[in-house]
Order: sequence, then structure tokens, then C-alpha cells
Amino acid sequence: MAGPRFGPRSRAMLLHRPVVLAAAGLGLLFVMLIVGVAAGTVAVPLGDTIGILAHRLLGLDVVRTWSDAEETIVMDLRLPRVLMAMTVGVGLAVSGATFQGLLRNPLADPYVLGTASGAALGAAIAVLLPVRVLVLEFGLLHLLAFIGALVAVFVVYNLSRIGGTGQMTSLLLTGYAVGSLLAAGLAMAMYLSGAGLRQIFAYLLGGFDSASWLRLATALPLVLGASVLITLRARSLNGLLLGEEAAGHLGVDVKRERAILLGLASLATAASVAVSGLIGFVGLVAPHVVRLMVGPNARLVLPLAALLGASLMVGADLVARLFGEIPVGVVTAVIGAPFFLFLLRRARTGYEL
Amino acid sequence: MIHVSGLTVAYRGRPALRDVDLHIDAGERVALVGPNGAGKSTLLRAIAGLLPATVGSVELGGLPVASLSRLAVARRLAVVPQVAVLPFSTTADDVVALGRLPHEHPIRGMRPADRAAVAAAIEQVGVGHLMGRDARELSLGERQLVLLAMAVAQDAQVLVLDEPTVHLDLRHQVEVMELLGDLNARNGTTILAVLHDLGLAAHFFPRLILLDGGRVVGDGPPAEVLAPDRIREVFGVDPALVRLPAPA
Repeated sequence: MAGPRFGPRSRAMLLHRPVVLAAAGLGLLFVMLIVGVAAGTVAVPLGDTIGILAHRLLGLDVVRTWSDAEETIVMDLRLPRVLMAMTVGVGLAVSGATFQGLLRNPLADPYVLGTASGAALGAAIAVLLPVRVLVLEFGLLHLLAFIGALVAVFVVYNLSRIGGTGQMTSLLLTGYAVGSLLAAGLAMAMYLSGAGLRQIFAYLLGGFDSASWLRLATALPLVLGASVLITLRARSLNGLLLGEEAAGHLGVDVKRERAILLGLASLATAASVAVSGLIGFVGLVAPHVVRLMVGPNARLVLPLAALLGASLMVGADLVARLFGEIPVGVVTAVIGAPFFLFLLRRARTGYEL
Repeated sequence: MIHVSGLTVAYRGRPALRDVDLHIDAGERVALVGPNGAGKSTLLRAIAGLLPATVGSVELGGLPVASLSRLAVARRLAVVPQVAVLPFSTTADDVVALGRLPHEHPIRGMRPADRAAVAAAIEQVGVGHLMGRDARELSLGERQLVLLAMAVAQDAQVLVLDEPTVHLDLRHQVEVMELLGDLNARNGTTILAVLHDLGLAAHFFPRLILLDGGRVVGDGPPAEVLAPDRIREVFGVDPALVRLPAPA
């Protein structure tokens, strides 16, 4: 007795709905791009914004109705900033979805395995050091934040394997323990930092005010590359839905896939936090909103969450700018925390550590 | 189909299986019985290649399982997993579709043939009425049937089940047993099932393998393997508690 609901649902909804959602996601992203570039302390009219972008990016012959100053604002300040926000949104959404799937934990986010505290400690140490270096417009702060994030995950991953079977729960708990330790280091560094405290704080709260084309050119390939490679391994994440043992029976080499996916997701997270600081909740919220719409299939969740994460981040940055450059991390927390509570209530049926 | 020779598996430093030899031909139906801790689940995991042999070997279709990739094993052998808590809201359809993981296109996902296999498995296990529902809101028994449909959709020559009836009422237990017989008769699927219920095993399986303390202590037709003194010795209960079918 095949249920009558199976046929129509599988054909109509599972096949066409993602296409519609992808189109909607791309449309939203385009709107956010235009609005994000146009709005700010100096508002550039929408028509002129589109004209400048069409002229400069697509080489179209557009009748010039804007000033040189507006063109400079759009091309040199706003556009790299918006694209940077999109890049970080993609990185955090994709790595969030990956960590949630890998750890089989709906409440995991990109920072769950110590990335955030590692990056924060790295940044704080950079502020404390009397050395100033600049590589490709990146200061010591960004470099040490990037390295700190990766080292933290590497340590967590290897510690979790000692004496155990490397189960996901062990990974989660090790991440928590190492994160606490690093947070203690961060607190100490902040205590010692004196005048640098403000700089550390600014980093911790996150933002895109220092975006530039060169920085974008460094972060974008890392984030996009890792995100694409993760999406190509969506099958492994799907297999893990029923647990590690079941994934093994379904043909997933769990140990190998876990290491690869952890590495890629951590790379995307590290690249994101190095350029933008610690921006919470987007990596948690975007994948879940998408799952509510299309279900848990990672093949759909990953690309759609990337689109949504990019749009959300541009929106958050826009709000931050309109309120006089408040930290983006504050904006995402104000929006994300209530959503997190909503999620907790929903997750109660069937949540386990 | 499955050939195990001289298999010893040490698990956390303690041998869980000792010198196990067994051979299961393609198209056989075999029930694995024995008391708790006898090594039944360990044997299933070793056959599926998830636990490495300490000594000895496991062959699947003539090839050492240790030399096969996880995907290659999954195309030959499907395992009905234990009922697990799902981290995200997942429809029963999505769960059954996971059975196609080893066959689907690695990047594009399910193809028409995969959808057909899923639909056929749903029909065969009779879980059509559960489709579209959130798998986390189903009863344990319903979830067990959905997982069985998933493993059937995997379309492997060997179907392995670990306590497939533990959450089911009597009627569903019998239905699952009949379904296994049906799969075996129609598709020639080799069935290997761990069962606690000796009566169920004896009624529905022509061959039983009895494990005790990590060793095979009986292998043959139910009446022979479950002789009264053997039941008393291995399970430590009065043999009168186990009702065996009258010899055909």
C-alpha cells in the first residue's frame, strides 16, 4: 500500500521547490547587493547605483548621471564591503551547516569547536605584541586570528581522538573544554592589554568597516573553495543523519569524511573570522531556516544556506552602518538570539547530546 | 556469499569473537541467536567491515571485506540500523531515500532509478501511510519499519538485521518475518538476522547459528541447534519456555 502522499510530494515539492527557492535566494541576494551598496551615510540613488555597477562591472554604456565621488564610494568603499559581508555570510552559513550535520547537533555553530576562542586569542596576542607587519593589507591581528582558529580546531580534533574512538560527542565536549581554556587566555590577554583593549573588543564584536578589494581577494577564494568542496561531499553529511554506525553501513567512510569536512569547514570559518571578527548566529540561523523549508538534505541545505547567509550578513551590516557603525556582531546577536530560543523550543522533541 | 574463517575480533582489548568459522550461501536465510554478550552484534559489524578482524578473515561475495571500500560494501550488504534520534526534522520519505546513498549520483543525488527503488521499498514494507510525516514523531515500531524500508531500498544482495522486531507488536513481528521470507523468495536476497526471540527464529528461519561467549556453538536447523539441553546450557533457562515448531 503506497501512500497517496508520496507521489505528488516527491515530484512536485522535492524537485521543484528547491529550484524556486534557489531563484528566490539569488533574487534576494541581488536586491541586498544593490541596497547594500546604495545605502549608507551618503545615500547613492538606487538608479545611479545600478548604473555605476552596470558601467564598471559589466562594461555597459550607461548615461552618466552620477558624480565621481559617488562612483568612488560605490566602487572603492561600498562594493568591497558588501562583497566581503557576502563572503563571510557564505563561509559561516556553510560551515555552520557542516558542523551541525557532522556533530549531529542542531545547536552547533561554526565556532563550536573552538574556532572563535582560538581566533580571539590570536587577535589579542597580536595586539599585545609590539610588532607591526602588513602582508597584503592584512595585519598581524588577522594573521594570528586565522592561525589561532585553525590551531584550536586541530588541537580539539586530536585531543578528542586520544583514548576514545573519536566519537562526535567527544569532539563536542573537547571543543567546549578547549574553548573555555582559550577564553581564559583571552581574558588574561585583555587584562594585560591596556590601551589595546578597545582594539581587541572591536575585533571580538565583528564588522566589515575595514573591507578592501585586496582583503576580499584573499578571503573569497578560501571561503568559496572550501564551501564548494563541502557541498560536493553533501552525501556524507546526509549519511550521518542516522548516526555514525548507520553512515558506515550506507557507504560513508566516517573517519575520513569527518576529518575532511572538519578541515574544510574550519578553513571557511577561519578565513571568515580573520577578516570580519566574531559574528555570531548567522552560521546557526541560516542553515536552520533553510532546513525548515527544504528538509535536511545537505545537497539543498548547503547552497541555499550559503545564499541566505550572504543576504543576512549584508542586511546585518546595513543595519550596523545605518546606526552609525555599531558592531555587526551586536546586530546579528539581537536578531539571532530570539531565533535561537525559538529553535531550542522546537528542538526539544528529539534533541540529544 | 558470506565466508568467515578463523575470525577473532578483540574489542577494547577483550576478545568478543573467538575463532569463528561460518559460511552462508547466496539466497540463504539465517538467524543468529545467543544470549546477551555472545558476540552477535560484533559478528554483524565484522561482516559489514566496520570492525577489523584481529585474526582470520571475512569474505563478501568472494572478496575480502577489508579490501572493499565502504561504498562497495554498502552496495553488496545493507544493514537495518538501530532506531536513532534524528538531529533535524526529517520526513519518513527522506529516511527511506537514504537507502539510495551508495547508488545515487555522488553530486547530483537521486536519479529516476533511485526514486523507483525507494517507491518499491515503501510499497514492499507497507509504510506508504507514514510517508510525509516527521520521522521523529513516529512510534518506535513505525520508525523501525521505516528503517527497514530504507535498507530494502538499498537493494543489496545481503540484508542484515540486528533485532529487527524489538519495538514491534506481535502482528508486526510476524509481518516483518514474512516480509523477509518474501524478499528472500522473490529477489533471492540473503538474510542474516540477529533475533532474541528463539520461537520467532525457529518458526521463520530454516537455519540458526548459535553463539555463546564469542564462539559458534551450534549451526543447523532449529530443532537441532535448539535442542533442550543446549538451551538449558547456553541460555540457562528451562527449555519448556521455548516452543519450537513441529518438525516438518
